[in-house]
Amino acid sequence: MDRRTFLNTGVGVAALGAAGGMPAPALSQGAAARTLRFVPQANLANFDPIWGTQYVVRNASAMVWDTLYGVDDKLEPKPQMVESDEVSSDGLTWTFKLRPQLRFHDGTPVLAKDVVASITRWMPRDPMGQMIRAILAEMTAVDDRTWKMVLRRPYSKMRFAFGKTNTPILFIMPERIARTDPFQQISEYVGSGPMRFVRDEWVPGAKSVFQKFDGYVPRNEQPSWLAGGKRINVDRVEWVVMPDPATAAAALQNGEVDWWENPISDLIPVMRRNRNIRVDIADPLGNIGSFRMNHLHAPFNSLKIRQAILMAMSQEDYMRALVGNDDALWKPLPGFFTPGTPSYTEAGGDILKGPRNIDAAKRLLAEGGYSGQPVICIVAQDQPITKTQGDVTADLLKRLGMNVDFVATDWGTVGQRRAMKNPPGQGGWSMFHTWHAGADCVNPASYNAIRANGDGAWFGWPNVPSVEQAVTEWFDAPDAAAERVAMDKLNREAISNVVYAPTGFFLGYTAWRSNVSGIQKGPLPFFWGVTKA
Amino acid sequence: MFAYVVRRILATIPVMAVVALFVFSLLYVAPGDPAAVIAGDQATPDDVERIRQSLGLDRPYLVRFGAWVFDIMRGDLGVSIFTNLPVVTMIQQRIEPTLSLMVVTLILAVSIAVPMGVVAAWKVGTWMDRAVMGFAVLGFSVPVFVVGYLLAYVFALELDWLPVQGYTPFSQGFVPWFENLILPAIALGSVYIALIARITRATMLEVLQQDYIRTARAKGAGQPSILFLHALKNAAVPIVTVIGIGIALLIGGAVVTESVFAIPGLGRLTVDAILRRDYPVIQGVVLLFSFVYVLVNLVIDLLYTLFDPRIRY
Repeated sequence: MDRRTFLNTGVGVAALGAAGGMPAPALSQGAAARTLRFVPQANLANFDPIWGTQYVVRNASAMVWDTLYGVDDKLEPKPQMVESDEVSSDGLTWTFKLRPQLRFHDGTPVLAKDVVASITRWMPRDPMGQMIRAILAEMTAVDDRTWKMVLRRPYSKMRFAFGKTNTPILFIMPERIARTDPFQQISEYVGSGPMRFVRDEWVPGAKSVFQKFDGYVPRNEQPSWLAGGKRINVDRVEWVVMPDPATAAAALQNGEVDWWENPISDLIPVMRRNRNIRVDIADPLGNIGSFRMNHLHAPFNSLKIRQAILMAMSQEDYMRALVGNDDALWKPLPGFFTPGTPSYTEAGGDILKGPRNIDAAKRLLAEGGYSGQPVICIVAQDQPITKTQGDVTADLLKRLGMNVDFVATDWGTVGQRRAMKNPPGQGGWSMFHTWHAGADCVNPASYNAIRANGDGAWFGWPNVPSVEQAVTEWFDAPDAAAERVAMDKLNREAISNVVYAPTGFFLGYTAWRSNVSGIQKGPLPFFWGVTKA
Repeated sequence: MFAYVVRRILATIPVMAVVALFVFSLLYVAPGDPAAVIAGDQATPDDVERIRQSLGLDRPYLVRFGAWVFDIMRGDLGVSIFTNLPVVTMIQQRIEPTLSLMVVTLILAVSIAVPMGVVAAWKVGTWMDRAVMGFAVLGFSVPVFVVGYLLAYVFALELDWLPVQGYTPFSQGFVPWFENLILPAIALGSVYIALIARITRATMLEVLQQDYIRTARAKGAGQPSILFLHALKNAAVPIVTVIGIGIALLIGGAVVTESVFAIPGLGRLTVDAILRRDYPVIQGVVLLFSFVYVLVNLVIDLLYTLFDPRIRY
């Protein structure tokens, strides 16, 4: 007996009787096929991709706002809203021209002044944007479709900066909205991309709805990540937030949703057994686990103590704890950059290879002056990735004879406490765990965690001039060979000075119903090209 | 009676004031930073600080508390730090699913638990009594989320009778609305049924020993009449009290149930807000829950007069 029969015979009849036979609306099969129901990785709690830089906001924004360039699956920036660009021979003047017929969702044309305002809002919030702003002499709209940027010195990564996938992405908004302070949230969502955000149906924490924008003119190319023709094949995309993975798995099996962005590895075998569900790696660029140490205070202000951690840590322990026995989901990572990408290097990574040597690490701890100071590990328990890494770390540090003060807390508290520079005993911290999307770690351009410029660096505040020098050399590299040299140097210096301890490279799955096709593997869920039968 | 009701409603004002002060103070001293959550994991400390300033989170305690109280006096619960939506709007979006879940659970629980308790008391010491008490122990012991998963597995995945998750507004039809609420209501109601059944049994056992029950029997009253007219009415005051207290149980249980069944209700709103440190939303929802609880207690007090004419206010 199926649901319909059951309802018609038992509870349904009784209920209908009680309700005076109120009819239930029914979606036609065609309408259902034109609505794609998607379970996102997290709740879309705000919708300003410049103000809030969480990945979930970026992913939703990529449907609603278009970009000037778009990085494709070969990590190359391709023109998207831009029709053409021109760089002066000295590399100082860039002139860009927009494609014709670009429109915002309110019907107004996308103009160069909108682009200038959008770039101006984006620059202070993005590491690459900040670099551009620092060398920007002038940025003006020349006419409705053309704008010009004059720099004080050449910046060869301009197209990559305007088309990268990592947050904050440079999305193009109408000038009146883009004039909002980048540290204030926008309140109007007029997009330039292939889908409209249906604000009236937005229930933060539960549902977000996007509707196909008929006025969007896609490029006449095959879609590839943020590049190419962004053709939408469904009328609506509904994001249904499900905080419980077991519920999401059951809903996918039952056909109540069509695509689940990030199923947990424990539930993959169940879904693989269902012939109506397809499972595959979500993003080949994966993630890098991070054991982040506080360089300002003992014990991790000692280089030898940080090196002892690298010498003792087993990336396999971390990765197996995270992904189980599925060897397709992890790799050892003797470096800081994403495996399988052109910039990947293992230079200087020997300390992370081979059998682990706890005794040698203990000797190094003693040489580094470790004398039993508490190691305050702040571990977010509400994020499975940080909790799991934290448990492995606590065990590792205890085996090393370190005095572990394990602070089990939530991510909101970690977010606050890790910003404190006080000594660990006065409200500060010694270490925390996080992870970095592989797409953010393909090169140093937007990789905050690799920077080692002291107070300006990411939490932990490493201060290693040789690392910063290598970053500068990469930005100034005139060609791929020079970039390669700079990357090797950067990886070597970052490992020998232990900017942070990489716990390994891991991948995740995505799962969808078999009647859905066209899903691309990539750093974010791309909805263009996706079809539902 | 009317003067009493007015007095009680007025008495909620100082209660709410204490709740407001307590909630605000607790959130003020609690660790966590919404600015860090908004800024994202890759943000620099400077970015986080700029956002904190823009949200006014760097202002002193008294200034923030004063501004919040002033807004509440004008009926404004503030604006969510994250969504930029008024807290009132967010509560309006979420109140129907939670209210629906609680009403269905309440009706289901009372209509099952009270007869169960009455039967257990009537057949005390028999297998029926033991079965009811066994169910009550089970209902207390098994966590709501376990019951939820089991129900979803059997009735949604295996039998395909009911949906796994979600909520359909009542305006879209009774059947889809009810379909979505059956499993969550059973899961949430299991503890509640156990509680009410046990209290009903215990109270009925006591009442069934009273002289007036013997008199009723001597007069030739039938068993149903003795149980439901004579005994149950006199046992009603403690039962109604437990039903009232159980509303708090339902509010707490709704948080878990709404998560397991992906129902967009106030419970999930509260949890999400707490995890993100969305202070205006937490404060608004807690105030609402407190008000509802005070109101439920008032209704229960008034119901006493229906069941026991000796009680007068």
